[in-house]
Amino acid sequence: MMVNPIQNGVVLDHITAGKAMEIYKVLRLDKLGCTVAVIVNAASKKMGRKDVLKIYDVIDLNFDVLGYLDPGITVSIIENGEVVRRISLDLPEQVEGVLRCKNPRCITSCEQELPHVFKLTDRSRKVYRCIYCETMAKNK
Amino acid sequence: MRSLIDIMDLTVEEIDGLVSTAKDIMENPAKYAEACKGKKLATLFFEPSTRTRLSFEAAMYELGGHVLGFSSADSSSASKGESVADTVRMVSCYADIIAMRHPKEGAPRVAMMKSGVPIINAGDGGHNHPTQTLADLLTIHQEKGRFENLTIGMCGDLKFGRTVHSLLCAMSRYPGVKFVLISPAELKVPDYLIQDVLIPAGVEYVETTDLEAVMPELDVLYMTRVQQERFFNEADYLRLRDSYILNPPKLVEAKKDLIILHPLPRVNEIAVAVDDDPRACYFKQALYAKYIRMALILKLLEIEV
Repeated sequence: MMVNPIQNGVVLDHITAGKAMEIYKVLRLDKLGCTVAVIVNAASKKMGRKDVLKIYDVIDLNFDVLGYLDPGITVSIIENGEVVRRISLDLPEQVEGVLRCKNPRCITSCEQELPHVFKLTDRSRKVYRCIYCETMAKNK
Repeated sequence: MRSLIDIMDLTVEEIDGLVSTAKDIMENPAKYAEACKGKKLATLFFEPSTRTRLSFEAAMYELGGHVLGFSSADSSSASKGESVADTVRMVSCYADIIAMRHPKEGAPRVAMMKSGVPIINAGDGGHNHPTQTLADLLTIHQEKGRFENLTIGMCGDLKFGRTVHSLLCAMSRYPGVKFVLISPAELKVPDYLIQDVLIPAGVEYVETTDLEAVMPELDVLYMTRVQQERFFNEADYLRLRDSYILNPPKLVEAKKDLIILHPLPRVNEIAVAVDDDPRACYFKQALYAKYIRMALILKLLEIEV
């Protein structure tokens, strides 16, 4: 098996070691028709160990979801073998459809069509709260 | 268009403005008697209430406006499965402003997102009750003459007591305020209020289980009821409901100018014998609630008198 350089695609670098498969599942990369390379526990000068995901096609990514899951990720968009854009992620101010409110008293518990939206309320502690009932989400 | 969902939606200056308007209404009621002529308030109460609903209705009538609405979910289309969003969209075709109480936390925020008219949160589960807090604030200001430099004791159910949470947030913005949080271990103030409100604001606070030991230092004592409707487990409710009962002997060591507040209804946490003590302010608090709600309706309808 060979992991070839990407001509057109996306590289998710600096993933916290051990998190690649979780991101693979959340982004539903198994549903893509293209090659996806999952590299785990690669040596990293910056992080000691890291994971990397290489996607051999240009796809739309939800940067808010990625930023919530692992804010240290670097996203590189590659076209014709060249990096045309590099994006450093950060914790998003708001995430929708990633977390579910677990408070049985929350309005979302009885009105199923409401979107589950969480807002960042404390960046240093990575605290997200339901916008309706303010219940804290459990950190991923 | 403004709504009031959380007491923190209002700045300190806006709260000062509401307190000032409420005091003016108390002194000059005739000036406001037709301020809301031709306006309609819808009271959507998906959960039973006596004081809050009646005081909203009295407030609107005293402003010369009209009131429509329902007082339980059973008498609304919610019983047929209608969503909060749909109910509010429909009601905002008929009313100029909506006061809503709902047992589910966050329901008034959903209403605000869908409504064409201002929404007032009249209580959502154990979450928020901002107009009760406005009533508490007016009572404190009217009886103590200030918000600053007060030691405030909060006693009873500090976990599910939404009025406690809102008052704690509101008063933490004033300098020199100290909180004494008196509760059984199972009903302590939720950790997020300590972490997100008190600590960042640098507010001094102590947590204790002993009401009598801290009584002499209090300027304000805010009593609460252990609310049966917030418990999923009957046994827990029965075990905790009689944790604190305020009676005359417990007030012997209290300051002469202490004020005793309670959002009402009380069950047995304040003995009836305390009602005659001049420091008992909970019935005045119910009266002030009407005046501050009048001031709020005027503000949200952008009516200047």
